[in-house]
Amino acid sequence: MEIKKGIAVSPGIAIAKPLVIDSEDYRIPRRSILSSAKITEVKKVRDAFKSAAAELGGVGSDDNIAEGNIKDIFAVHQRFLKDKNLRKKITDLVYNDLLTAEYAVSTTLRDIANHFAAVPDKYISERATDIYDIEKRLLRHLLGRKREDAATITHEVVVVAHELSPTQTAGFDKKFIKGFATDAGGRTSHTAIVARSLGIPAVVGLEDVTRNIDPTATVIIDGNRGVVVIDPDESTLKQYQQFAVQFDRLEKELDALRDLDAITRDGVAVQLFGNIEFPNEAEMIIDKGGHGIGLYRTEFLYLYSQTEPTEEDHYNAYTEVIRVFGNMPVVIRTMDLGADKFTQSKRFAKETNPQLGLRSIRFCLQNLVMFKTQLRAILRASVHGDLRVMFPLISSLHELRQAKMILRDVMEDLDEDGIKYNSNMPVGIMIETPSAALTASILATESDFFSIGTNDLIQYTLAVDRGNERVSTLYSGADPAIIGLLRSVIHDANKARISASICGEMASEPEFVMLLLGLGYRTFSIAPPMIPEIKKIIRSVTIESCNDLARKVLMMNSEREVINYLRNAAIKVLPEVF
Amino acid sequence: MPDSVCKIDVEIKNRNGLHMRPAMLLVDIASRFTSDIKISNEQTSADAKSIMQVTMLAAAAGTKLTVTAKGHDCNLAVEAIKELIEVRMFDEEGRQETVQAG
Repeated sequence: MEIKKGIAVSPGIAIAKPLVIDSEDYRIPRRSILSSAKITEVKKVRDAFKSAAAELGGVGSDDNIAEGNIKDIFAVHQRFLKDKNLRKKITDLVYNDLLTAEYAVSTTLRDIANHFAAVPDKYISERATDIYDIEKRLLRHLLGRKREDAATITHEVVVVAHELSPTQTAGFDKKFIKGFATDAGGRTSHTAIVARSLGIPAVVGLEDVTRNIDPTATVIIDGNRGVVVIDPDESTLKQYQQFAVQFDRLEKELDALRDLDAITRDGVAVQLFGNIEFPNEAEMIIDKGGHGIGLYRTEFLYLYSQTEPTEEDHYNAYTEVIRVFGNMPVVIRTMDLGADKFTQSKRFAKETNPQLGLRSIRFCLQNLVMFKTQLRAILRASVHGDLRVMFPLISSLHELRQAKMILRDVMEDLDEDGIKYNSNMPVGIMIETPSAALTASILATESDFFSIGTNDLIQYTLAVDRGNERVSTLYSGADPAIIGLLRSVIHDANKARISASICGEMASEPEFVMLLLGLGYRTFSIAPPMIPEIKKIIRSVTIESCNDLARKVLMMNSEREVINYLRNAAIKVLPEVF
Repeated sequence: MPDSVCKIDVEIKNRNGLHMRPAMLLVDIASRFTSDIKISNEQTSADAKSIMQVTMLAAAAGTKLTVTAKGHDCNLAVEAIKELIEVRMFDEEGRQETVQAG
């Protein structure tokens, strides 16, 4: 039995066998296989060699890129992929030492590459890169097959990986995926967001769980305490089975709140919306008692297909969601990609600092054809319900004006084509940069609403990469800098008589709810599974006590002081959640 | 009839040595023969039909190697390899400076 501690990012308890997903971008850990699996594992190596060689055959015959040099390089790679000696070296390792196909491929080719790298002749030593290329190509075939396996599993598993990318999670058959455990990541990593929207437990930031996992052992993921247990002993297993039952009972109790209003004890109503990524998550918001969609992320349209989405792809996705919500509000956020989230095939020039680079609205304003396609679909869908559009990562009034100008252009195009749309569709912005928060009073004059993306706002304000496990502990919504910005944004929004909601993770963390209410926020948009819990907190407090709490917190000097105070206050209100 | 054995010494003459592309040519030529062909330096011996083993010899310009073939066509094999290495010099010396494939 081995116990590993990480960051709890999605509550619940899962007990199942692991599905380990490696990535060709990281070092493949040494892992053993059972003797009974060695024949299929050897076959995997052979298949990978065969399909990698076939793939290269295709590349070589393509005259467009078959320039002398490149042609020679691919021809050399192909000789390696057809080298029986090399293949045997790898299959022997699998067969005799009982190691996984991925590890055998990786370690053998790395040994060869190291051999080259050590040769004093520079011309020869540089050839190590060719060997790494061949390693990657083989791994891509091996791991690609494994990812396909993840889509077709028929038994319950927990996924163990270095980190999960949108392309990986999109391929999962969600029915059988019971939890996530990853080496990297923080509270707001993609893994965490997907886990919460699926309502399955997840622990991230485990550092080396992929290296320690035994693919044949049972794994427990405790998303409440941030613990992963590998190969538990009998008493531990029994204890966790009891925890799981208790957790389910609490969930059921919370679900009973579904039809009750989100209203404080002293009668102040709060609106609870859901954040979604996929159209099929829309139903869950209604199931959990939400009042609409406060953040409809549209990136899936771009990430999960090989080609750019057409206007009809957009339109169909939006109308599918509107159909579920009738006249309840649906806020669509325009494409928020760039930086870390872009797919391999569309990756543009490498940036040294992508978080501060060409991403989100900036990318859209430089790729107008793509941007207009999305806006046109949103406008066309706007006649079917209460649709609103929201621009992400606005950092100046100029940028907002540019985006709105493009929107007007698209409206004119639709007028010319005689296509109907809602000309009064509300246009809002995300407040997620310090510059937007500090100039909220100016931006409010030309926005119909604000939605505060606390994840990015915290990251940019505190200069902390939320996905970097070595600094992620510095990332906190309780920092006085963040609380100060949140207070001034709601103040500016109220003064301009526009609404301001919170759509970041902060609104779904129980310890922050009282503070946000006390600062004056009345609309939260959160992961659908969190709606009942947050509703319960709202129904347990008075605005007067929240105001009092906010006043005290605004006087505090340190993040530690704030977070301790908020936790104590929340525990008093809702002890069972903690 | 026992397999005949043929042996010949060669020296790498092209400037860039036995790197990837020359190794490919060598493997392709060796593979045309049924003989079992080894190519060795002082420390190790490589199967001339395996690009992995041939490149791992890491033979720079000036390196002396021994080619040993075992089989009925061994004579033709060692001659063809000697020609590739010493006469054709892997077709490298006529190639332009910028062409550094493999």
